[in-house]
Amino acid sequence: MWEYTDKVREHFLNPRNVGEVENADGVAEVGSIACGDALKLSFKLDENKRIKEAMFKTFGCASAIASSSALTEMIKGMTLEEAKQVTNQDIAAFLGGLPQEKMHCSVMGKEALEKAIENYQGAPAKEPGAQIVCECFGVTDREIERAVRENNLATVEDVTNYTKAGGGCGNCHDAIRQIIERVRAEVKPAVQPKLTNIQKIKMIEETLEREIRPSLKHDGGDIELIDVVGNRVIVAVRGACAACKASDITLKHFVEAKLRDLVSPDLIIEEVAP
Amino acid sequence: MKTVYLDNNATTQVAPEVLEAMLPYFSDLYGNPSSMHSFGGQVAQKLREAREQVAALIGATPDEIIFTSCGTESDNAAIRSALATNPEKRHMVTSRVEHPAIRSLFANMAGQGYRVTELPVDKSGALDMEQLVASLTPDTAVVSLMWANNETGVIFPVEKAAEAVHERGILFHTDAVQSTGKIHFDMKKNVIDMLSISGHKLHAPKGIGVLYVRRGTKFSPFMIGGHQEKGRRGGTENTPSIIGLGKASELAARHLATENTTVRRLRDRLESDLLAHIPQSRVNGDLLQRLPNTTNISFEFVEGEGILLLMNEYGICASSGSACTSGSLQPSHVLRAMGVPFTMAHGSIRFSLSIYNTEEEIDFVIEKLPPIIERLRNMSPYWTSVAQACVSA
Repeated sequence: MWEYTDKVREHFLNPRNVGEVENADGVAEVGSIACGDALKLSFKLDENKRIKEAMFKTFGCASAIASSSALTEMIKGMTLEEAKQVTNQDIAAFLGGLPQEKMHCSVMGKEALEKAIENYQGAPAKEPGAQIVCECFGVTDREIERAVRENNLATVEDVTNYTKAGGGCGNCHDAIRQIIERVRAEVKPAVQPKLTNIQKIKMIEETLEREIRPSLKHDGGDIELIDVVGNRVIVAVRGACAACKASDITLKHFVEAKLRDLVSPDLIIEEVAP
Repeated sequence: MKTVYLDNNATTQVAPEVLEAMLPYFSDLYGNPSSMHSFGGQVAQKLREAREQVAALIGATPDEIIFTSCGTESDNAAIRSALATNPEKRHMVTSRVEHPAIRSLFANMAGQGYRVTELPVDKSGALDMEQLVASLTPDTAVVSLMWANNETGVIFPVEKAAEAVHERGILFHTDAVQSTGKIHFDMKKNVIDMLSISGHKLHAPKGIGVLYVRRGTKFSPFMIGGHQEKGRRGGTENTPSIIGLGKASELAARHLATENTTVRRLRDRLESDLLAHIPQSRVNGDLLQRLPNTTNISFEFVEGEGILLLMNEYGICASSGSACTSGSLQPSHVLRAMGVPFTMAHGSIRFSLSIYNTEEEIDFVIEKLPPIIERLRNMSPYWTSVAQACVSA
């Protein structure tokens, strides 16, 4: 049995806003009966262009029904701009979380909301150039890319849990893996993992040993790591370097540049006070 | 809240008589049957009796009974032995609707280089005998076909199939986990080589199974260890459970008639009343070639998990072949193999009864289920359009 939160159970047993809004401003249907879940969302705006009424009809499991019910409750009173900001994680969080394997239910809610808003605003319903990747569940590369990006997914299993893609015959697993790699490569520079102090010190030492010392030694010099305080890397120069007038320049242009490149871009190199 | 348990193909209640028979072997009579003292020896005597009781249920001789830990182990032991004793043969045959114990095992063997044929079934879940015969080659090591399907209850003519397979010198195994104790069979009157039984499907506890191996069939053990089970399955015997399974077998033989009269009648009433009260519903699987305790009904345009959870609110226990309950995103492989349309497969519910179910319980389900289906259909985006189409037509 799935471990649903009390909130999921409550929204499943007493779903809010079941039905279809009359004279709706925006309507969308996502999913299909073949895929095992489908959601029809409709909403109506008030005179201030805020969502006055939102209703759903859902075919699917308890978490799909609960996600739909949660979504309609969440977006009531929002402007369309505000509603656009609602993510699938917001829906899951509203319900106190969903089992990993059921995250696709929250993604379906987000998709329906987006399409219903597009339906009202007259934007194209289909993303141009999207290609079907998962034939079993009709999931496009765009949908997978977005799920990977927004939920920081790393494996095919994650993608299946969030989009259903790859949950059928499995023929698309390689294609999904490629999409994950591509998307993760794009986002990597922006969200470089934060290093712990120990990791940072270790990486600095390794970099000094591997990249820097050999060159310095070649010129009869050497460098020693004294301390790391926050982003300040405190070093002492030895041998020929200690007497070299250009050692400041070496530290800034060579050592610091290397460390910034290979360890962390915000490092500042400092020579230990004599 | 009272529990209405209609999920007996998943597992069954341990019969009170079985529990009673087992209890002394946990507490006072804990001896090891292999011991040389009479404290252990008296347990060995009880194991002999249990082996005779199991053998009697299926018309076997006691030395053809190997106790295992479960149906899955029995299946593994049978198939691995068949392959080990036919090392030159690289082909295996099964059906598309087998229990995961066989399905995954065959898939695993396919990964190890064996050629696997999965025989299809028709809309009613029936097997095509001609296709079975056509699939057999001199390279075929083993054929494994379930006796009765756990999801639909559909019965395969395995005794006939075994003859066709056997006369070509190929080993025949059947997973009889669901049929044992529900339909009568006699191993003296067929040529099946190996057969798997699970204790917890016939009112014995979980953790005990049987592999029947016909006398004279070459056997290569899967579980290597001590001399227990004549060296065919190492490991100290699970004495309380074996004794429990012996008692359960004795009871099953006695209750076989009840299964096919009282239980069948309750099942038929549940089925016909639900079909009568709930539009757009139908039974999956052959109505006649079927276990007496099982019905698999699809309710169109609703999803099984919702049905199960709403029934759960009333204490009603059943199971579903829907994707959401399978954990695999696709509906049951059995229903897909039968070509059940998606609109029907996702809303399939299996009710499996036992001799412990009562008329009142069946009445209760017949009363509670129609409003549950209606409630979910009113939430379903597909139901409105269908309902409107019906009105306008």
